[in-house]
Amino acid sequence: MPDFLLEIGTEEIPARMMDGAREELACRVGDLLRRENLAATPDVRAYSTPRRLAVLASGVSASQPDVQEKITGPSLKVAYKDGAPTPAADAFARKAGVPVTALEKVTTPKGEYLAATVQKKGRPASEILAEFLPKEIAGIYWAKSMYWRGKSAERFARPVRWLVTLLDGAVVPLEFAGIRAGHKTEGHRILAPQAMLVSRPSDYAETLAGGSVVVSAAEREQRIRKALDAATRTIPGARWREDKSLLDTVVNLTEFPSVVLGSFESEFLSLPDEVLVTVMRDHQKYFALEDAGGKLLPHFLAVLNTASDPDGLIRHGNERVLRARFNDARFFWQTDQKIPLRQRVDMLKAVTFQKDLGSYYDKTMRVQKLGSLLSEAIRSAGGAIRPGIVFKAALLAKTDLTTELVKEFTELQGIVGGLYAKAQQLDPLLPGSTAEAIGDAIYDQYKPESMEDSVSRTAEAAVLAIADKADSIAGMFALGLQPTGSKDPFALRRAANGIVKTIAEHKLPLPVSKLFSDARAEYVGSEAEARFSKDLKFDEAIAGFMRERLEFYLRDVRGFAYDGVNAVLAAGADDVVDAIARAEAVSEVRGSEDFASISVAFKRIKNILRQANETKKTIAAQLDAGSLTEDSEKQLAALMPGIAARVRGWREQGNYGQALVEISRLRKPVDLFFDKVMVMVDDERVRANRLALLQQLLNEFSTIADFSEIVTESKVS
Amino acid sequence: MASPQNPPTFQELVLRLQTFWAEHGCVLQQPYDVEVGAGTMAPETFLRVLGPKPYLVGYVQPSRRPADGRYGENPNRLFKHLQYQVILKPPPENVQQLYLDSLTAIGIDLRKHDIKFEEDNWESPTLGAWGIGWQVMLDGLEITQFTYFQQCGGIDLDPISAELTYGLERIAAFLQDVDSIYDITWVVGPDGRAVKYGEIRLQDELQFSVYNFERADVEKAWEHLRLYEAECQGLLDEYAELRRDSAKDDGAKNDGDEARKAKSEERLQRHRFPVLSAFDLCLKCSHLFNILDARGAISVTERVGVIARIRNLAVGVARAYVDQQKSEQEAASAVAEDTPPPKAEQLAASR
Repeated sequence: MPDFLLEIGTEEIPARMMDGAREELACRVGDLLRRENLAATPDVRAYSTPRRLAVLASGVSASQPDVQEKITGPSLKVAYKDGAPTPAADAFARKAGVPVTALEKVTTPKGEYLAATVQKKGRPASEILAEFLPKEIAGIYWAKSMYWRGKSAERFARPVRWLVTLLDGAVVPLEFAGIRAGHKTEGHRILAPQAMLVSRPSDYAETLAGGSVVVSAAEREQRIRKALDAATRTIPGARWREDKSLLDTVVNLTEFPSVVLGSFESEFLSLPDEVLVTVMRDHQKYFALEDAGGKLLPHFLAVLNTASDPDGLIRHGNERVLRARFNDARFFWQTDQKIPLRQRVDMLKAVTFQKDLGSYYDKTMRVQKLGSLLSEAIRSAGGAIRPGIVFKAALLAKTDLTTELVKEFTELQGIVGGLYAKAQQLDPLLPGSTAEAIGDAIYDQYKPESMEDSVSRTAEAAVLAIADKADSIAGMFALGLQPTGSKDPFALRRAANGIVKTIAEHKLPLPVSKLFSDARAEYVGSEAEARFSKDLKFDEAIAGFMRERLEFYLRDVRGFAYDGVNAVLAAGADDVVDAIARAEAVSEVRGSEDFASISVAFKRIKNILRQANETKKTIAAQLDAGSLTEDSEKQLAALMPGIAARVRGWREQGNYGQALVEISRLRKPVDLFFDKVMVMVDDERVRANRLALLQQLLNEFSTIADFSEIVTESKVS
Repeated sequence: MASPQNPPTFQELVLRLQTFWAEHGCVLQQPYDVEVGAGTMAPETFLRVLGPKPYLVGYVQPSRRPADGRYGENPNRLFKHLQYQVILKPPPENVQQLYLDSLTAIGIDLRKHDIKFEEDNWESPTLGAWGIGWQVMLDGLEITQFTYFQQCGGIDLDPISAELTYGLERIAAFLQDVDSIYDITWVVGPDGRAVKYGEIRLQDELQFSVYNFERADVEKAWEHLRLYEAECQGLLDEYAELRRDSAKDDGAKNDGDEARKAKSEERLQRHRFPVLSAFDLCLKCSHLFNILDARGAISVTERVGVIARIRNLAVGVARAYVDQQKSEQEAASAVAEDTPPPKAEQLAASR
């Protein structure tokens, strides 16, 4: 069975897009081979370097198998007149390529029809691949793509410059982006600048190795790891800081990687680690070295796209660049100290937050008030939070946006503010621990930046982060700029996810509705308010949005089953911490038999009450225990108040697990009730009273979760 | 040490790039003599990339960014730096190889260095322009911005142009292995003494930093901005009027002599219309905005608005330029059809 090779030669494709595109192309080729019956389970290997995407498939058939196909023609009524074939039958036979006598009869739901069995000859693999591959290549998803041959031509991440398509030794004749596929590939730009021929697909990796290209990304990663280890060993006691995302980047920036160890003056170590590592990792793509205790060492590792650095020129060049960068950073740090953060608050008037929501100064004023309000609310609800910290931190939180260091290293916003706050004497009267707490709050204000990121370390930082995010969300919603579908240009979903995660992990007593009505209130009387959307139902929009975020958190981050989450949120989504506690309790008991049975019963109760409402049946406002007739309903009514009281007791203690155990005691009486009692009887008074019993049952016991949302195996609705 | 034997002086570097790109068929232009923030804003890029006409050009462009000034105290940052700008419209298939060859031409032995093309897409909201490309890294130093222009002045480009922007000071400092831009040898005098970059440029950096950060008269700068903007907008409005009129006449489809005469008159009007001068006025606005920005004179509420105003001008100029080019082409083909062509004389006379 032949092997098939596709190589798309390109100009350097962005590293961040490479892994996805490589896997996607392999999938597309594999699917194509299966779809076209060219391989049942093709063995597909994916390769990539910055300048190429490749797929090697083995076990490909040289051609599709021949198949018998039944095609349906005209109906019998049309095809035969008085037993003789009509022109319609003749035409169909011609089309099918069989004599009229070979036509068959098939019965379909629509009646009897004429059919023919035709032999479909399989087409050669080469022909199929030539026909479909250009579409597969053009279909690859790119986060950002471009034109290079003009507006009417194709788009790709970067220009395509050559194509190799081989089925064993033969070129599959196809064309994409004005390029005819062939045998010819390219080696490493500098180390092997001449074109090379791939004679057979199975030689591919070997041929490229001869051109100083390691075509397997996994192999490059191995090589880089080994080279990093080897270079690190030359410094006693050192280790390189593991950084998977940086590793992925350099793997996709190189065709033939090697590593050099460089050094910098140890005086730069007086700069904060955050600054040093940002320069090395984000700007220069260097790995940092540290000692056994995690302390930075004055060395770095650069991954090269060339074999070696025999004259030390590359090391020297990289050291020179890093020195200049560190010098800049140190210069910025020193310059920034000339104007302390306190004096920068006014400068925020010249920094736009959002064009309709004003400057960062305006935001600072709002967040300061909102943060203090939240801080007080949490304290009075018993939360451990030091007074005054949020107020002082919020005032300075955004001032680092005016510093040279943040202008240069925007990714360090917040962190720089925190470092400066700690380095500067904010107020001689402040105790050291307070200054430290203010610094920490500023440092952590943007946390968590994703669901994988940790939340702020202190409660004060958490409140500052929440107030900042809530202020943005409230302002954007009020302007009518809430996210829709896949569009979320202001990353409000991420901000809201951050709020949920922070409230959850710090266990803050902070109702969502209160948070946002307070946030919205800070805009009252502002210039921004004049631009707010008039027809938006703010509270509703926010409640719906935040409920979705909480649902996302419970399901995707905490892993609760979707029906349990629905049940819990149906009983209330305003208190995040409480919702989580309820979700935990529900997920613990939901496997039990009693609970499953109760869920079924609650569904039944809901259905009955819904029907009653739909058919306008009266439900008594108050249950009249004296009017109950059957034993089982009397027993249920008698048990309810006691169970309800105990449930309430457990709930008030926050012990939802016990509360649910208590509720599950209703199983027997409820089951018995449904066994013995008919609710929808003709006697209106009896019916109204029984409906009242059910209504009370539902109201009383749905405050932890709406059990009717739980999906049980014997789902009845 | 970067290049052990005789690294080029600053001006040799420029000369080698000039020579290299001249050998590859580029028009060698001189720096544009209106203040710009980047080589892209010079008309040789901003306007030439528009429309269908192929064009190859190379030029040095002093780029002034008032806010980047550091009083000559920072060894890596300048108010005015020099870019070598190359436009290849359309880009040849081997454009990357050509670029690498140009590095060899300036004395970089690529086999001894590490070169990477790292994603970096360029965008200028003020110009309504963006492109896709790379920053070219040489031993960890960004030496060139390499961009495939996709849009300019809000107009989709067809054909695409490749833009190469070499940072001359960085490359010179690298080649000469000096840590400060001011220590770059600009030229070696007849006495064998090296004339340094600092001798030629330091005072410039200091005084313009003082002016841009401390002395520029904010009131007057605003006034200048308003004046330039009004004049530019006035011209653009007039041109738009011309366009509307000719569209109306085209609609009338009158083939009489009278109509033909009117049409050729109109063409002449459009042909000699100073769109290029409108662009200069727009560049003036952009530079004044940068000065006001460096001076800290632009408030939040104004900032976004002023950028939008300048973008409007740039987009307006781009549209007018494309229209004018189109009408030139039509005129040229009309002239080719009509002989003898009185219009041709007129066209020539007006040049």
